Amino acid sequence: MLSTYLSLIYEFFKTGLFSIGGGLATIPFLKEMAEVYGWFDLDTLSMMIAISESTPGPMGINMATYVGYNTAGIFGALLTTLSIVAPSIIVITLIARYLKQFKKIKVVNEIFAGIKPAVIAFIIAAVYDLFISSLFNIDAGVSWAFFDLPCIIIFLVLLFIYQRLPKIHPVLIILIAGICGILLSL
Amino acid sequence: MRVLWDLYATWFKMGLVTFGGGYAMLPMIQREVIEKRHWATEDEILDYYAIGQCTPGIIAVNTATFVGYYQKGVLGGIVATIGVVSPSFIIITLIAAFLNNFLEYEIVVHALKGINIGVCVLMVKAITGLWKKSIYNIGSFVIFALALLLSLFSGLSTVLLVIVAAVTGIIFSRLKLVKVEGDQNA
Repeated sequence: MLSTYLSLIYEFFKTGLFSIGGGLATIPFLKEMAEVYGWFDLDTLSMMIAISESTPGPMGINMATYVGYNTAGIFGALLTTLSIVAPSIIVITLIARYLKQFKKIKVVNEIFAGIKPAVIAFIIAAVYDLFISSLFNIDAGVSWAFFDLPCIIIFLVLLFIYQRLPKIHPVLIILIAGICGILLSL
Repeated sequence: MRVLWDLYATWFKMGLVTFGGGYAMLPMIQREVIEKRHWATEDEILDYYAIGQCTPGIIAVNTATFVGYYQKGVLGGIVATIGVVSPSFIIITLIAAFLNNFLEYEIVVHALKGINIGVCVLMVKAITGLWKKSIYNIGSFVIFALALLLSLFSGLSTVLLVIVAAVTGIIFSRLKLVKVEGDQNA
């Protein structure tokens, strides 16, 4: 048991340290774990990915917790969750400590001036798939069925409401949208 | 003590209501961290995203560590990070223990479809808000458009794109094509 705990700590610390970018970047590491340790098979992994994507919280964290629990119970889940965030805490704390000094250097500000417009692009690219899959029927091909009309209407109505009443808490929009989703299926 | 508790509670909330991952957290960060708590400005959050994009770890976690560190040092960074991962830990443990087949419930699938539409609504508002601040002239638009095309269609890693954007930032700053922070003459 102890060696399983140690392997979990090591593997998830490594995943946190080398998966650069976000949750999806952790998947190759999890595949490797499935092969090397046999903690779970690839079918279980796809199920864990699907559930991690559809539950609250960052996907990478959800997957770490899931694998930890499946492999070594609740204590395993605690270890994997803490191990995957440990590298972030260390690296970001070091960067945060010196960022203010860095930002006094002219070239650093020039670099940020270039990266900032690009970050908007990365955000759009990250939600692009979600947009397409939520509002359109990709399988429909070139026909009117391509537009998922009920979903597009819900989207436009909620967007209108949110633009008009910007004080509404974002969570309320999520809740109403979830209820609309259930009503649509009736 | 009070600040530490606020950090934990706010980031717990963030982890609880975010579906999808780091970037989908943006609308909640705008509301809770920027508008309500004044722990960071929109510009600073974009800086953290830019840094989070090319450093190890999950972006949501990196952002939490940054904000926590600037409020209350190393301990603040750790507390905020534990806060953002706590809901994942609780929810995934419960699902793994009791509801392995929860995606087989029809109602869950429909609610998730609706929730995704809600996330799209929030993201449109969040992105248009950032757009007004970050895309202000031809230079910044060119960087944005190139980054968007490359991240959607080139398959190049985001880390590489960040480096390209950084170099473009230096060149464009010297040509006075983008605004540089702290530079009055730009």
